[in-house]
Amino acid sequence: MRFRRPEPRPDAVADPARGIELRGVSHRYGDRPVLTDVDLHLTEARIGVVGANGSGKSTFARLLNGLVLPTSGQVLVDGLDTRASVREVRRRVGFVFQDPDAQIVHPTVAEDAAYGLENQGVPTAERAERVTEVLARYGLAGHADHPAHLLSGGQKQLLAIAGVLVMRPARVVFDEPTTLLDLVNARRVARVIGELEQQVVVVTHQLDLLDGFDRVLVVDGGRIVEDAAPRAAIAAYRALMERR
Amino acid sequence: MTLALYVPRRSVVHRVPAGGKLLALAALAVLLFAVPTLPVVVAALLGVLAVGLGAARLPATALARQARTVRWWLAGLLVFHTLFSDLPTAAVTVLRLLALVLAAAVVTATTRVTEMVAVIERLCAPLRVVGVRPARIGLVISMALRFIPVLAERADRIREAQAARGGSARGIRGLRTTVTPLLVQLLQMAHTISEALDARGADDVPPARGRRSPAPAA
Repeated sequence: MRFRRPEPRPDAVADPARGIELRGVSHRYGDRPVLTDVDLHLTEARIGVVGANGSGKSTFARLLNGLVLPTSGQVLVDGLDTRASVREVRRRVGFVFQDPDAQIVHPTVAEDAAYGLENQGVPTAERAERVTEVLARYGLAGHADHPAHLLSGGQKQLLAIAGVLVMRPARVVFDEPTTLLDLVNARRVARVIGELEQQVVVVTHQLDLLDGFDRVLVVDGGRIVEDAAPRAAIAAYRALMERR
Repeated sequence: MTLALYVPRRSVVHRVPAGGKLLALAALAVLLFAVPTLPVVVAALLGVLAVGLGAARLPATALARQARTVRWWLAGLLVFHTLFSDLPTAAVTVLRLLALVLAAAVVTATTRVTEMVAVIERLCAPLRVVGVRPARIGLVISMALRFIPVLAERADRIREAQAARGGSARGIRGLRTTVTPLLVQLLQMAHTISEALDARGADDVPPARGRRSPAPAA
């Protein structure tokens, strides 16, 4: 299944060295502000985002690949504006959701893993090869023809990750990827994230997931209230939560 | 609940293109209605079993499961035709239906959903002239197959949650207390699914959509 795509804009020239830039970004749903005046330049390999429920961190994550467009300001990925080049941005930034059941759209494992490649127009033979390779990498090779709904929660999340990584994005955003998982599967997903070569942005409530990260942002009331190395940022987050 | 009808095997039947299998199924149906004699129907039934159990190496349980779903229809037809026609007519009618059900089961057990959907997309291709996009029809069918069990699972969870608090899913009140939260969950899920489709390149959503979309769990 392939979808019609417009030709890339001639003025949209990507520069991978530029990373992800947010310039004066605000976002509101109706009258409710969710993010206010966010200015960031994200170039590190491992970036964590923490914050209380409703703080705006999921909206922040969705801004990074154009799932949500800013009400004001600009989000640039490799120099591409999410507003003007949303399709190209989404090719560059993969997105893994909290609930894999809402992300797996085809009945069987291999079919779902191939979905993004079909949309990219990857030839059938290459598609099969890449799907086989990604399923093997995440321990799903024996499940290729199995119904996706019969997988365990951990396997579903691995399939969701495989379905994104098979598209070979340059960056991957994870929105609370371990929240619905038990300890064993959470550790497995954490290991998978840790081994990725891509730039990774992880929104999470599980602070141990951020061990070894380069940078952690603390979101509160729609603003970035701390932006530091993990130890300092997590200490600031704990202090923030204890004041409530 | 399972919609897992495909049985992975390396067999010649599995390798036959989905379109060919569907054509053969249609041809069998035409034959059995055009020549409704006991020898033809019995031969067809034996042929289907030979293809399913022999050539396709399907487990007998896969075919028996499909036959079980129509057992009451078969019994009803047998009684009806025995009472109002005669025994040979009853036998032909029942065996014909059984042969077709098993033949359809062989087709679904040896054909991946994507192959079946691809055939539907090809059949829908002429609709392009009136603006219909066959790929979209295929995606809708695939997603329906994918989400029916998810939907059933969510409904079960809601019923269990109500039962745990002393509620009952029976009656009008039970229906209301099940359907309302289920609808709310489905709408939230539909929003996330649309985001997931966008994120994986489905691609043709207008850029302004993000500003109008409901807030995700922030």
